[in-house]
Amino acid sequence: MNPMVDLRGVTKRFGAFTAVNDVTLPIASGEFLTLLGPSGCGKTTLLRLMAGFDTPTEGSVWIGGEDVTHRPPYRRPVNQVFQSYALFPHLTVMENVGFGLRMQRVGAAEAAERVHEALALVSLTGLDARRPHQLSGGQRQRVALARALVCRPKVLLLDEPLSALDAKLRRSMQLELKRLQRQLGITFVFVTHDQEEALTMSDRIAIVNAGRIEQLGTAHEIYHRPATRFAADFVGQANLLEARLLLQDADTVQVSVTGGLELSLPLAAWPAGATTALLAMRPEKVHVSRARAPADFPAAATNIFEARIEEEIFQGATDHLVLVTAAGTRLAVVVANESAYGEIFHAGDRVFCALHADDLVVVRAE
Amino acid sequence: MSPAAKAGAALPGLIDRRTPRWRAWLLLLPMVTWLVLFVVAPTAILLVYSFCERDEVGRVLFTFTLDNYRRVFDPVYLWIFARSIYYAGLTTVICIVAGYPVAYCIGRAREEWRQRLLLLVMVPFWTSFLIRTYAWITILKQEGLLNGFLRLFSPGTAGLDLLYTPTAVVIGLVYAYLPFMILPIYGSVEKLDGALIEAAYDLGAGPLRVFSSVIIPLTLPGVAAGTLLVFVPAVGMFAITDLMGGARVPLIGNVIQNQFMQARDWPFGAALGAVFMGLFAATYWVMLRLGAQEEDSVA
Ligand SMILES: Nc1ncnc2c1ncn2[C@@H]1O[C@H](COP(=O)(O)OP(=O)(O)OP(=O)(O)O)[C@@H](O)[C@H]1O
Ligand SMILES: [Mg+2]
Repeated sequence: MNPMVDLRGVTKRFGAFTAVNDVTLPIASGEFLTLLGPSGCGKTTLLRLMAGFDTPTEGSVWIGGEDVTHRPPYRRPVNQVFQSYALFPHLTVMENVGFGLRMQRVGAAEAAERVHEALALVSLTGLDARRPHQLSGGQRQRVALARALVCRPKVLLLDEPLSALDAKLRRSMQLELKRLQRQLGITFVFVTHDQEEALTMSDRIAIVNAGRIEQLGTAHEIYHRPATRFAADFVGQANLLEARLLLQDADTVQVSVTGGLELSLPLAAWPAGATTALLAMRPEKVHVSRARAPADFPAAATNIFEARIEEEIFQGATDHLVLVTAAGTRLAVVVANESAYGEIFHAGDRVFCALHADDLVVVRAE
Repeated sequence: MSPAAKAGAALPGLIDRRTPRWRAWLLLLPMVTWLVLFVVAPTAILLVYSFCERDEVGRVLFTFTLDNYRRVFDPVYLWIFARSIYYAGLTTVICIVAGYPVAYCIGRAREEWRQRLLLLVMVPFWTSFLIRTYAWITILKQEGLLNGFLRLFSPGTAGLDLLYTPTAVVIGLVYAYLPFMILPIYGSVEKLDGALIEAAYDLGAGPLRVFSSVIIPLTLPGVAAGTLLVFVPAVGMFAITDLMGGARVPLIGNVIQNQFMQARDWPFGAALGAVFMGLFAATYWVMLRLGAQEEDSVA
């Protein structure tokens, strides 16, 4: 099937500065795609290219199977929810939401009906006559959403729409947005620099860094199989270990990582012919036990080593540990506040650790 | 000691409720002095004079009379009032039409250009107002620059007879007051949030409709401020009507000036001035009320 939005080899330069660098990004119809990246990486610029506020220096933008590269924003089947909401201060809630319909010359009766429908959709009723400055942040956000949805766009662009809300409201809006997107079946392109938000809401996530897309995949893929050092580091926490090849046999390789710890991983995971590589490992993948004999760990946990707990930080549901292995490798590890074996850990404890070979992911260093 | 009192004591002078009120008034003294010297006293003198009589040689006699006000409502003067308002209104409209695009372009120009362009708007203020008005006379007069320029293209034409006509007066007024229209409009254009314009485009508005339904309403406060700054002084202007209108189209400013100078009828001049002031106090009040409502909806 044709993608709903398709960026083909898009580059955007501002003078000598390249804000978007050769991005190719097909977005399926009805998909919830999140652009995730740090401040200044080019997320807003990518949205502006889709909305039509900027024209690419190179490459083309396709929406709904048509080349819209040089089409102005008011002729694109796309609407945006702005970061600042950009509600018209001189218009009421009703007039704000009805603005797009007025521009499309929709009849007054139909417009009024659709405006009420849209306001009901975002659960905002009874505030029709208010002006934006008489609304709370959350209410403004809903008006902005209704104003965009009422136009029935093929694609809805959302530029950090939740960043001005407090943590609790933010959570509930995340779920609500997700519900709306499922219900309406509209393609959502959502921008955020909050990785948790991205993991919660998206069908797919595009990790953006310095104007490039580092990785495009589902939340699971990105979390469990990060492709680059940046992706591993930006989404969740990761231990990044420089690995040097020691031994290679029929189906495994033996490596030594920063600090001296020796680990084994499947040969298939190791880049062919390489002598060094960068490994990423999520902190919760390490099994830790003080009492258990190594033999009691899951059979698949092929890497077993001893370590000392250097630091222990209790965080409620989880316990964050800094381990130093016998060889001297430092690892950040997260365990449930009572480990799977019902143990409670303290700094200074000596523990056994087990690690599944598949949980070591080779990432590009860039 | 209660906690509140302790907090008060910790911040001496800041929330100290015991400070007598007169000390607070003391802080206002410089401003009050200024107001009394330059606003209250002259206005009071004007009002007092407007109820006085004068003798044959123009000395003010402090005997109460309402005659001066009766004369103000003589049709001759009412007619001049009306004409002054018409000229000032025309000037204001032309200033809006000519000044808005300029202010808009400056306000939306790139940051580093804005200051330079604003400077250009203000350059005329570096030269005396009278000299600039004389410059216009050399442009507009029969053998002036404008007609010389026209004759370059069609030799032998009589040229335009502009100087000492109502047109010349309006040209002079527009020239003098245009910056006072441009600056406040520029202020509101510059404050205009670019995201609002983008939002309007995004919602399907073409350039014209973005202008009419978003940009105009949001810059209206600037236009209102400019209107006040242009209209009110334009009604009372006398130098331009004298110099460029050749005193053939006297406006209320000229009449008032005449009473104080040639006619030596200060009480009548004062009465004209008082009515004039009352009229504008009322206009200001109405505009402020409208502005406050606008502000209320835009804030
Ligand atoms: N009009 C412009 N002129 C020059 N540089 C620009 C322009 N717009 C954006 N940039 C630059 O391009 C880069 C990407 O900007 P962009 O706004 O897309 O970042 P972002 O990922 O949205 O960041 P944030 O999370 O802070 O909103 C930034 O370094 C920015 O300075
Ligand atoms: Mg941004």
